[in-house]
Amino acid sequence: MKTKTKTPNDGTQMSTFKRLRSMPEFNLVLIWLVFTIALSVINPTFISAGNVTNLLRSTAIVGILAIGMTFVIITGGIDLSVGSTLAFSGMLAAILMDGGMGVAPAIIIGVVAGTLVGVIQGLIIHYGNVPAFIATLGGMAIIRGVVMLMSNANKVLVPSSVGQFAVLKLFGIPAMVYVWLVIVVVGIVIAKYTIFGRNVYAIGSDQEAARLSGIKISKNICYVYAFSAFCASVAGILMLTRLGSGTPTAGTSYEMDAVAAAVVGGASLSGAVGSVFGTVIGTVIIAMISNGGQLLGINSFILDIAVGALIVIAVFIDKKSKKGGR
Amino acid sequence: MESMGKEFVRMENICKEFPGVKALQDVNFSVCSGEVHALVGENGAGKSTLIKTLMGVHQRTSGEIYVEGKKVEIPNPIAAQELGLAAVYQDVTIAKHLSVAENFFLGRLLKNKIGLVDWDRMYHETQAALDELNIKVDARQLVHSLSAAQQEMVIIAKKFFQHSKLLILDEPTALLANDEVNELFKIIQTLKERGTAIIYISHRMEEIFKVCDNITILKDGHTVTTLKTSETDENDLVSKMVGRDVGDMYSIEHFPGGEVTLEVKDLCAEGRFEHVNMTVRKGEVVGIFGLVGSGRSEIVRAIFGADPVDSGEIILHGKKVDIHNPVDGIHNGISLLPEDRKTQGLALGSSITNNINLASYDLISKLGFINVGTEKQKAQKYSDKLRVVTPSIAQKVINLSGGNQQKVVIGKWLCRESEIFIFDEPTVGIDVGAKSEIYKLMEELLSQGKSVIMISSYLPEIMGLADRIMVITDGGKVMGTLEREEFNDERLLRMASGLETA
Repeated sequence: MKTKTKTPNDGTQMSTFKRLRSMPEFNLVLIWLVFTIALSVINPTFISAGNVTNLLRSTAIVGILAIGMTFVIITGGIDLSVGSTLAFSGMLAAILMDGGMGVAPAIIIGVVAGTLVGVIQGLIIHYGNVPAFIATLGGMAIIRGVVMLMSNANKVLVPSSVGQFAVLKLFGIPAMVYVWLVIVVVGIVIAKYTIFGRNVYAIGSDQEAARLSGIKISKNICYVYAFSAFCASVAGILMLTRLGSGTPTAGTSYEMDAVAAAVVGGASLSGAVGSVFGTVIGTVIIAMISNGGQLLGINSFILDIAVGALIVIAVFIDKKSKKGGR
Repeated sequence: MESMGKEFVRMENICKEFPGVKALQDVNFSVCSGEVHALVGENGAGKSTLIKTLMGVHQRTSGEIYVEGKKVEIPNPIAAQELGLAAVYQDVTIAKHLSVAENFFLGRLLKNKIGLVDWDRMYHETQAALDELNIKVDARQLVHSLSAAQQEMVIIAKKFFQHSKLLILDEPTALLANDEVNELFKIIQTLKERGTAIIYISHRMEEIFKVCDNITILKDGHTVTTLKTSETDENDLVSKMVGRDVGDMYSIEHFPGGEVTLEVKDLCAEGRFEHVNMTVRKGEVVGIFGLVGSGRSEIVRAIFGADPVDSGEIILHGKKVDIHNPVDGIHNGISLLPEDRKTQGLALGSSITNNINLASYDLISKLGFINVGTEKQKAQKYSDKLRVVTPSIAQKVINLSGGNQQKVVIGKWLCRESEIFIFDEPTVGIDVGAKSEIYKLMEELLSQGKSVIMISSYLPEIMGLADRIMVITDGGKVMGTLEREEFNDERLLRMASGLETA
């Protein structure tokens, strides 16, 4: 493919199609389109406003986790603690509200505290030289334990006004989806237009080369886990509004869903490769499999198998096409 | 050198086309048992493609390959192995956490009567092979405890042990110090006497003239000619490789007598180097010569801030500065072009644009937001200036040749407007054409009043380019500094070996 684009006169003036074709997300968007069309043809309910809204709402929380996860994965790391952090921020906010604090301050404190959890993990990973997988695996268990202790493993009910947000709609689209959208836009801007975003890719490509180019590794690693934890905390608050209570088991195994979305979206666990846009498409494709499958009345266990297979196939195709391109 | 036997491999009229590119056209090449045959040419001349075609990695478009006179097909690397062909590539592949013996028997461990691994026999047979080649390594040792040189020799011994009849050595001395190179040459001599055919690929001319019987020159995918080593010389060879007379590559203009930019006073770091004193002026190249592992890289890394020091001062423009990390070094106008550019100098998976700007983002951004237009503009400017050969600056640097990668590293520091450029082995693995371009670039830097510190273990290079050479011996001990008029290769080597002080 590379040699084709090298022919003399299309160096600068690539046709729009070729430019689209050369985007790493091209195949992904294609798959997404095929899925959408196929599902819509088989069952027109699929593209009904009601179902699309439903699909987006159910996906927003994992979608937000996946954005933070994408940045972590691009540095060559992984954050297994996001599911627990989600529960932590939600639970903290719920307990504060339960104790009489106003809704807004409780939410802010929940998000800030959750974000700090990420900073601490970043510090441990960088200064303690503990592999991210281990540090966040430990973090996952520790934070979940803390949540259980905080709540005595009970649900903590919150004022019904909080739950209103989950059903709130603006222009027919759930408010939760807007939150997801904001995080997506923030993610895209960070990746494209900030030093931090560029540094994330450089660190994932080669940490020592990045350090010798004057990039402060410790600072950036902390930022990246902080951002992941921030996303998890925001997701935690959304979860709180959806469930109407701080729930100790909220977000269990969500970390895997987030990793899956990023990987299907083209992120490479060896670092330096991945994009926010890709992750969004990855998230939606996975959601469509379960949603579309349910509409078609397919056994949900079979859908689990399909999602699992998709993850493996996505990586397989990616590796194959890269080899072909060389 | 007269021990040549029968023709072992013959490649006739080999053509290889990749989509849009003719990598090889009617290449003829043959090597006999007991012959060391050099394959030379600039990067991109087709050496690797030819070797990969022989090793079954690539399939030729047309042409014939004969092994021991019989026409063969080599559809994959396993087929090549079965024919007795073996290659030792630049980036050495070996299982580092296993013992030497396990590596020798990898994939076919010996079993004893009851089906368990027969360690005794494996150790014994491995040791015998190592001893035969006079490699002083214990078969029980874990590979990662060996030096880079020993690892390479172990790999060669493994191929020998597996009865390879043809051994391809691709830049085998890139990671070796001088005395280790001599060790390697002895091993090559032994292999030769045993009748192994050897294809030797190297950019280092002196080595080729030392060990090779014949030389085949490739240029732009064609065979230029095959010569007897005794019938040619270095100049002749280089001009045939590049197709023009390169003259004396190493002679650059010098700009002596500039003001002092950098002074290093009594820099010490326990276990790495001691009492380093150095003065660097504007427009000057200060050479650091020492064997691999002597501590020379550690010294420049410390000056740049990549590693900590115990004591000593670094003075820039007469003012003492504190350099604790690379950020400090960079802010003081110092840049480091590391020896291992692939893992330390470049973000390989990122674009040229990204790499050129990597150290300068703080200069082209506000509140953490990058001015993307300026970023592109700068990348284009330096990419053009350095004549990086690439279809676009959006290209990932992993797809560039060694010479172009090095240019991107240089571009990164030009973009940062550094004053002091520290080159650690700037031309290792870089072909002749790109080499002379890099020297020209250094010359240009000097003419602009920048300073260069250069580590090199290649004597013609360091003696040709440096105004002054500081010589380091084991443990980072400074043996003295020679001025240009005192340069003498023998003396430099004696000093580097710790036999003589200045």
